[in-house]
Amino acid sequence: MEAIQIDRSIDARGMPCPGPLMSLIGAIREAEVGTVISVLSSDEGSKTDIPAWVTKARHEMVAVEPVDGAESFIVRKVH
Amino acid sequence: MPARIVILGGGVGGTLAANLLSKELRREAHISVVDPTGMHVYQPGFLYVALGEANGRWLSRDERTLLRRDVDLIIDGAAGIDPASQVVRLARGGEVPYDYLIVATGARLVPEEIPGLVEGSETFYSFDGAVRLREALRRFRGGRILVGVAGIPYKCPPAPVEFVLMLERYLRKNDIRERSEVRLLSPLNRAFTIESASKLVEPIMASRGIGLDTFFNIESVDPGAHAVSSLEGEKMDYDLLVAVPPHRGQSVIEESGLDESHGWIPTDRHTLQHEQHERIFAIGDATNLPISKSGSTAHFEAPVVASRIASMVRGTEPRAGYRGKVMCFLETGGGRATVLRFDYQAPPTPPRPSRRWHAAKWLFNRLYWNVVPQGRVPERAVKIEEG
Repeated sequence: MEAIQIDRSIDARGMPCPGPLMSLIGAIREAEVGTVISVLSSDEGSKTDIPAWVTKARHEMVAVEPVDGAESFIVRKVH
Repeated sequence: MPARIVILGGGVGGTLAANLLSKELRREAHISVVDPTGMHVYQPGFLYVALGEANGRWLSRDERTLLRRDVDLIIDGAAGIDPASQVVRLARGGEVPYDYLIVATGARLVPEEIPGLVEGSETFYSFDGAVRLREALRRFRGGRILVGVAGIPYKCPPAPVEFVLMLERYLRKNDIRERSEVRLLSPLNRAFTIESASKLVEPIMASRGIGLDTFFNIESVDPGAHAVSSLEGEKMDYDLLVAVPPHRGQSVIEESGLDESHGWIPTDRHTLQHEQHERIFAIGDATNLPISKSGSTAHFEAPVVASRIASMVRGTEPRAGYRGKVMCFLETGGGRATVLRFDYQAPPTPPRPSRRWHAAKWLFNRLYWNVVPQGRVPERAVKIEEG
């Protein structure tokens, strides 16, 4: 499997809902098209909020991976 | 020699911290507040100004009248902060040395970061904006009003929800409700950042015919076409657009290299110290903490910072810590309100909107000038409100 090149990482562990999603939205707002952003969240709400926003905003959810009891959401900005 | 304590910003956090430190340390410290205007502004009042329910007279006071006599007030902007030599450089020239620095400089609005926002929208997030919006509403004869958010984080997260609920009443009172559509464009998948509060206000909005469009983060505005586009790829037409502009920390924070990003200070969530500089503290909107940017936050943080600095001045172990406490009212229109009380651990469980909480908010608005900046029994006042 090809390794994913992550351009920007956000560690939002410990941030309550909807902090991790808000951080992702802010990062996408500023990023160039094609940028890959990872958000690390320990908040349960992120498991539904982040995929729902990525689908609505028509970006690409590259991967969702468990990391040390948290979840890493890897998103590519596509437009 | 007395400890030199410099406080940047004469808002609720800065003023309260100055007065508490002065009361506690007396001759053990020399306290200076540096503020570019010398006027203290009560920002929660902007909402009422925009809807014609209050005028600007009660929204600002001379900062001098709110400070204890032995606190120095320097009317000047901070042009630079040098943590190595512990000095603040002033905009009009000169330097102020410090042993302890409290940054309570708030947030600044940067509507120019969103294309078309300055020309194409109104706002109630500044005093000038609220006055302009009031006049735009007086001229409004019906059509579609969109209320949206153009950047995260923003101050007082309940304010857009409060605004649409109060606006709906305003339109009814002025007999233009039937010719008008009101929609809230929420940046999230619910009306409001806090889930429990969203569950409370969404049915109220629906019952009053207020539309809710979720996941709509304003990306650009076309003032000529009266259209607003979202980061999510949607576009909506409007007759009147009311927007929360993007926020940043003050430029002096960025220019001094003290921010993490966008001018927000990397702040320890319990001690409220700058993560790299133990003699610099941050209060209120200036921090990067993942909690509401609001006067209430600053109100609860200021006593923690004052207590920790007083301990450090006296060479004792600082014990006070901030637990993320915030309390704010949420107006639901029609003379009713609810209250949100929460901290880092516990999310709020807002009570059903009632006239009692609306009365409590008005009481707080009226008592603010004589109670909050001076630190007159803030804890007891909160307990009364909580009871």
